Amino acid sequence: MIRAERRLSEPRWLRLAVPLLSIAVAAVVGAIVLLATGHHPLATYHRILSAAFTADGALSGTLIAATPLVFCGLAAAAAFRMQLFNIGAEGQLTAGAIGAVAAGLALGNAPTWLMIVAMVVAGALAGAAWASIPGLLRAFARTNEIITSLMLNYVAALLGNYLIFDSLSYWRDTSAQAKVFPQGRPLAESASWPAYGSSIVVPFGMLVGVIAATGLWFLYRRTRFGFEVSVLGDSLRAARYAGIRTRRTILSVMALSGALAGIGGASQAGDFAHLFDPRALQQEGFGYTGIVVAALSRYHPAAVVAVAFLLGGLKNAGFALQGPDFPSGLVGVLQGLILFCALGGELLARYRIRIGSATAAAA
Amino acid sequence: MAARSITKRFPGVVANDAVEFEAEVGEVHALLGENGAGKSTLSNMLTGLYRPDSGHIEVGGEPVQLGSPRAAIAAGIGMVHQHFRLVAPFTVAENIVLGHDPAFLLQRGEIEQRVRALSQQFGLDVDPTARIWQLSVGEQQRVEIIKALYRDARILILDEPTAVLTPQEADKLFETVRALARSGRTVIFISHKLHEVMAVADRVTVLRAGRSVATVRTADVTQRVLASLMVGREVAGPERIARQGPVGEPVLQLADVSAIGDRGVTALSGVSLTVCAGEILGIAGVAGNGQRELAEAITGLRRCTGTIALAGRPLASGSPRAAIEAGIAHVPEDRLGTAVAPSLSIAENLELKRYRLGGMLLRRRAMATAADQLIERYEVKAPGPHAPARQLSGGNLQKVVLGREFAAQPRVLIAASPTRGLDVGAIETVHAHLRDAASRGVAVLLISEDLDEILALADRVAVLFEGRIAGELEGSIATPEALGLLMAGGSAAA
Repeated sequence: MIRAERRLSEPRWLRLAVPLLSIAVAAVVGAIVLLATGHHPLATYHRILSAAFTADGALSGTLIAATPLVFCGLAAAAAFRMQLFNIGAEGQLTAGAIGAVAAGLALGNAPTWLMIVAMVVAGALAGAAWASIPGLLRAFARTNEIITSLMLNYVAALLGNYLIFDSLSYWRDTSAQAKVFPQGRPLAESASWPAYGSSIVVPFGMLVGVIAATGLWFLYRRTRFGFEVSVLGDSLRAARYAGIRTRRTILSVMALSGALAGIGGASQAGDFAHLFDPRALQQEGFGYTGIVVAALSRYHPAAVVAVAFLLGGLKNAGFALQGPDFPSGLVGVLQGLILFCALGGELLARYRIRIGSATAAAA
Repeated sequence: MAARSITKRFPGVVANDAVEFEAEVGEVHALLGENGAGKSTLSNMLTGLYRPDSGHIEVGGEPVQLGSPRAAIAAGIGMVHQHFRLVAPFTVAENIVLGHDPAFLLQRGEIEQRVRALSQQFGLDVDPTARIWQLSVGEQQRVEIIKALYRDARILILDEPTAVLTPQEADKLFETVRALARSGRTVIFISHKLHEVMAVADRVTVLRAGRSVATVRTADVTQRVLASLMVGREVAGPERIARQGPVGEPVLQLADVSAIGDRGVTALSGVSLTVCAGEILGIAGVAGNGQRELAEAITGLRRCTGTIALAGRPLASGSPRAAIEAGIAHVPEDRLGTAVAPSLSIAENLELKRYRLGGMLLRRRAMATAADQLIERYEVKAPGPHAPARQLSGGNLQKVVLGREFAAQPRVLIAASPTRGLDVGAIETVHAHLRDAASRGVAVLLISEDLDEILALADRVAVLFEGRIAGELEGSIATPEALGLLMAGGSAAA
């Protein structure tokens, strides 16, 4: 019989040893897969590392891939900390992109600083509004937010498709060449967010993400609101007993989570796409990867940034790796193996596995 | 049945250390011990829920391996748990055959007949066609006993069976227990109440700190001897700490307060009470007669009708925040689930009700200092201010809760079963703190199912029965018998 028991205390060395061991296990299993498909494991790993971090321009690509993961990771972490399982970052990010692009288009040729402020605020508001739907349902009707927030992801995706492909909406490019291939209306030049650095290019959204992570850490660690969140996350009864307004707090956290994802959507529009592109967002699935980021970082904002950077590297390496000699399916297998081992390792760190029952008494 | 040198360890504690006891056929054998002495662990091993780390169990002289509850049932061991294992929407008969009936189809008529025969034989009145949710707690307990007998249990283990009963119901249970023993069954009666053990058992095995200290015949000993065996020193019952000085102005006034319980039925109907400054009003009653709802209504955790006024000013119903701000302190019955957030630190739990008083930012350093001071002042045994609340033992946790509630300098204190599950030393401390609070002018409402506690502390006693105040007595003249009558729904004799 195999049982998993929660560890009473978690030794410090485990926190370091477990992730390292997880990666080692992933490397070994990955090597078997690579050998079986006729690839050289060490050479492949070297290529992954190089494509993710060490090659020329690799870090820039990694940062680009990591930026939306920071926002979605923070969005998930903000809610999960209170045992509020908002898995709708995907839809909230889409809503945020819609809002930010609308603000950008409405402002026409306004100066860049104003564009950034308007797009961030509009993205945050749209994401918060989208997340408030499951938030209100949870707070006042006790609906399971996992299901409602998940279902709204599909609604957001279809709404995006409708705006670009099935209607002549404000977001759709109505110029002559876009009649055949529908696409979003491009933003003005001044709506492009700046990027910094020459050899390593840091997208502006990444800076916003780091600021958001710091803000979230401060909010949860040092403020009254953060205290209410930690009490409510631990025990609903204790929170009621302490006079915490539980509905208001649930709604606030849900809106905060949605706002973070929404800024991620604004960053996608401002940093990279410069228009609203629903198909691209759907293919990426940032919201779901954000849940993995939050789980691996144990909902700690600083760890979210670090984990997002690592997963961004993995994703970036995937782009570089795939080609005629290396099918993209195999890239996916390797990425999946690493995530699988990392999450499995997390389980081992929090629980210990006992094999066999307590030995029966020797008569 | 016998236990031979049974040892069971849990992380950090030895719950049972070489426990020995032997119960004969036709005997009522009591296992007596304080909370945490190892009674529950032992009974869980006797019924196959846990396995001993070493030692073994014998039934009828033969060693048996009880690997599962099913194996224990097969060995003729039946258990009546403190918290019943019944399915509320099912009938009595259905519950009795649940998990047992070998036939594919239920033979209702036959089952009901057998149930009736068993109830008649042992004086266990219960209608086999009634549904569990319709039954009183006492009746549900009878269903549990019949369930064990239906499975041909030769050995019956009753875990704290009187905790939920009125004194009168308990007497009836004792008759059943003796009838069971006369029929050649063995009854193992687990309790921490001395007078019950003396009344019902032939022999007693006393457990203390996981060891079996002694096995004695009840005919040969007195309650005092048993008590000293149980705690390891001479003890008297909880001493009555009477009020000194006069009672002040009325502080907490309830007029015609009614509330709906969790099951959607009226749990509190038309309760009117007054508690004065400096006074302890005891609320006695059998568990489940509206005590929890009363405490929750006053502290704003439950909506209610009627008026609750503090020093003449009515309080908003259903707002814990309003109650806290008006100066109502609350020591809830459910310590770990309600009074504290279990994963949060002691320091954080101390802030639970006053974190709103400062600015928007938390002052973590000041919180830690305050926690250090409380740990020192109330002699809390804790690793430090940052230890999570759930690591504390019941007594130490209660000190933290009391310390926090007193720190707010309340005008009213609602204490619900404040000593449940605590050991003798901790009970004395809590009682002293309650009396001390009253002498500083706090109006104390003490809700407790423990009559000894009520009698030791209360200046006046009101009895709750089915959500109504069945009667009120002066604390100095209240007797267990008079209160017991009121608790069972009788009229006030005094």
